[in-house]
Amino acid sequence: MRGLRIYAVAYLVFLYAPIVLLPLFAFNDGTIIAFPLQGFTFDWFIELTRTEALHDATVNSIFIAVTTAILATCFGLFAARAGNRHVFPAKGGILGFIMLPLVLPEIIVAVSLLVAMLQIGLTPSIWTVIAGHVLICTPFAIAILNGSFANMDQSLEEAAVDLGETPLSTFRLVTLPLVMPGIIASLLICFTISLDEFIIAFFLSGNEPTLPVYLWGQMRFPGRLPVIMALGTILVVLSIMLLITAEYFRRRGLRRAGLRDTGGFL
Amino acid sequence: MKDTNQEPIIALQGVHKFYGEYHALRGIDAEIGQGEFFSLLGPSGCGKTTLLRAIAGFEDISSGRILLDGRDVEGVPPNKRPTNMVFQSYAIFPHLSVAENVGFGLRKSGMSGSEKQTAVGQALEMVGLDGFGSRAAHALSGGQRQRVALARALILKPKVLLLDEPLSALDKKMREQMQTELRRLQRQVGITFILVTHDQEEALIMSDRIAVMFEGEIAQLAPPQALYRRPANRRVGEFIGMMNFLPARVIASGGATVEVEVPGLGRAALAPDQCPAGIGSEASIGLRPESLTLLFDGQSADRVAQGVVEEHTYYGDMTYYDVRLDGAPNTVSVSMRNMPGRRVLERGDRADLAWDARAMVLFG
Amino acid sequence: MSQGARLRKALRTDAARGLSLVSPPLIYALLLLAAPLGTIFLFSFWTQDFLTIDRSFTLDNYREALTDPLYSELLFRSLRIAGAVTIVTVLLAFPIAYFVSFYVRPDRKSLWLFLITIPFWTSYLIRVFLWRVILAFDGPVNGSLVGLGLIDEPLSWILYNANAVVITLAHAFAPFAILPIFVSLEKIDRSLLEAARDLGESRVMTFLRVTLPLAMPGVLAAILIVFIPTIGDYVTPRLVGGSDGTMIANMIQVQFMRLNNAPLGATLAVIAMVSVTFIALALIFVTRRWTRSR
Repeated sequence: MRGLRIYAVAYLVFLYAPIVLLPLFAFNDGTIIAFPLQGFTFDWFIELTRTEALHDATVNSIFIAVTTAILATCFGLFAARAGNRHVFPAKGGILGFIMLPLVLPEIIVAVSLLVAMLQIGLTPSIWTVIAGHVLICTPFAIAILNGSFANMDQSLEEAAVDLGETPLSTFRLVTLPLVMPGIIASLLICFTISLDEFIIAFFLSGNEPTLPVYLWGQMRFPGRLPVIMALGTILVVLSIMLLITAEYFRRRGLRRAGLRDTGGFL
Repeated sequence: MKDTNQEPIIALQGVHKFYGEYHALRGIDAEIGQGEFFSLLGPSGCGKTTLLRAIAGFEDISSGRILLDGRDVEGVPPNKRPTNMVFQSYAIFPHLSVAENVGFGLRKSGMSGSEKQTAVGQALEMVGLDGFGSRAAHALSGGQRQRVALARALILKPKVLLLDEPLSALDKKMREQMQTELRRLQRQVGITFILVTHDQEEALIMSDRIAVMFEGEIAQLAPPQALYRRPANRRVGEFIGMMNFLPARVIASGGATVEVEVPGLGRAALAPDQCPAGIGSEASIGLRPESLTLLFDGQSADRVAQGVVEEHTYYGDMTYYDVRLDGAPNTVSVSMRNMPGRRVLERGDRADLAWDARAMVLFG
Repeated sequence: MSQGARLRKALRTDAARGLSLVSPPLIYALLLLAAPLGTIFLFSFWTQDFLTIDRSFTLDNYREALTDPLYSELLFRSLRIAGAVTIVTVLLAFPIAYFVSFYVRPDRKSLWLFLITIPFWTSYLIRVFLWRVILAFDGPVNGSLVGLGLIDEPLSWILYNANAVVITLAHAFAPFAILPIFVSLEKIDRSLLEAARDLGESRVMTFLRVTLPLAMPGVLAAILIVFIPTIGDYVTPRLVGGSDGTMIANMIQVQFMRLNNAPLGATLAVIAMVSVTFIALALIFVTRRWTRSR
């Protein structure tokens, strides 16, 4: 139907409209975010490179994101494998509980972690942020890795054992290579989620802010708007590239295993 | 080939397996000889795959013993047993090439790179896949995958090769081809093959001996001919090939033979081996369709019965007739080879049937 | 079998292996999710005086939260806004999910889904910030509308109130709503629709009598996936809500960070969670009854 197609395209425009504005005004030679555009400039990007606080925040964010990605993916591997290959009591309840952060409002997670931490006497730091991020990223890792394990013929591992391998070497030689695309996708996605996450970092980062927390601080200054646009452009481009890479690996994984594409991560 | 003086390569003693409440294997006792082509045959759910996996080491048994080459393998994991398995899905590693698949189990063998290459080449040649080494595993057809699975297992020179319904995923033509292939391969390699299948024709074609299983028990363990000609009970008789069942009355059972009266056919004296289940008051006899023959003009025989043709079904090389016998409530199935010039009987035609008492089996 | 062998055998069982495998993430979730949530629950029964916590049991916080119109009004507003966001988002999402499921070539479907979800993977904070920029008095929307001559004065009711919150959140949660609806539309056996047409139904009636009922599980999932996180959103009301568009999460943060009243903040959090759970269960119950009675 014609009408639906027009609607679909309009909807996509609506989805992308805000993001498209980013590069538009990041290169705009003017301090007010309004039309008409006033000429091309790299000034805002150059200013980014000169801001010390920004560098610190970036380093923090990357460290947190990398650590979170690795830990969440590991947890995801355990849980996805347990869910796909074993039957044990309370399986549904246990897995449902681990996936709970997906449906909890983030403010609740952030606030309860803060309170619990203060009670034990921990001070907010990079590691508390990592702890919170791993909690919310693990369900995503599980969702992605579930697909990987489900697609893998179970008898492949049995065959490897039958041919003389130990369970550990079977994991290394057979399971890991076949699940690797899912692992890479999970790492990339968890990294992206952690990089962009604001509210848990806001509550739990103390004196070492992450990039979003730094951004938040800058947003109250009208003069900083264009610089924020520049930073935002970089972050968005980075996220999109990471996502395209993750999708590439997912498709490659399917091809290597000779399976059909059923339409995406989720 | 099978040497009766040697120890059996596999001994199953009182093997039971429970899944929770479910009694999957109910006391399996059997001995499988070296170099034998042995089949586990039965309908789905009878426990044959469970038994195979127990021998391989993928399932623990609840009680009883499994002895491989004289050793009790309780607690021995699959990677340490002298068995190798061809899985139903073939389980070819999709991320490796054919050569890497076949050579997978050689990793811990201590062989040098070139030794491994030679071995892989020989294994591929043996299954008819020479030159396939560098192919990607996920791009193979079903039949090719199966051969890779065979090569991969046989290259390790196991004492026993276990095959879990290896032909069920292939189409009919491929299946027939592989049946002769497997038989030839087994004779060439000389090791024991244990095959699990639900296809009785397949088992008959390939096996030295067959264990027919129903509901976790072995109903009969015998060579194909014995299984076919002298089934131990009705169920086995029905499962293997086609069989006609007719009610019978035991007249005399004292002497060397047992005399029975079969309404519609007549009297017969049966030898002891024709009465596997013993003798009871309510009896039935089994007779294969090929043991009944339609008599055409002029032909005669010792034992003749009469009846009316109800239906016939044409199979190309054979025609099966359903004949209602005079004086009996039953319709029997009669198979006739299609010879050129032979008349085809139609519905309603009267027919004379010759029947072979030596092929009859009495079921208690 | 010896005792040792029996133990080894029990440990080798499928269940034991499964449990030990799932224990790292489970223990982590218990420590970082169950324990903190429990702590919050406990906190709601305590009181705080500047920086010291009085651990004697009291229901004062609940009394205050439920009777003081400041808080109850805020909670209801949050529910209203979340409800509006949900309705708008799901209504807008359904046609797009329908389009991709029924009118896009199978090999292109995952591309469309990919395109739809890309914006979702970029920073939420930045997207909300962009909406503030877009809807501003002197921003692009007003600029274009004035420039095109459609209005004389820039619109003031599109920012710093509940409307802006609804627009922004509808944009942010769009993919959350599209995906579950898409999944359940995909599951519909196309031959059912052909059968309905064959039996004489028009396209519209086929949609209403066959497609829509079968898509309801996906619609319900979409409703829940949008509603539940929306209630607890902090960033959007803070950036674009002004004073009329604040939501419960903002008040919770204020209690914790500025007013040093963690117990009251905890109380509000518990009340918010309970309301959300209650509404979610009610929705599920109603939908189950509705689909079963058909």
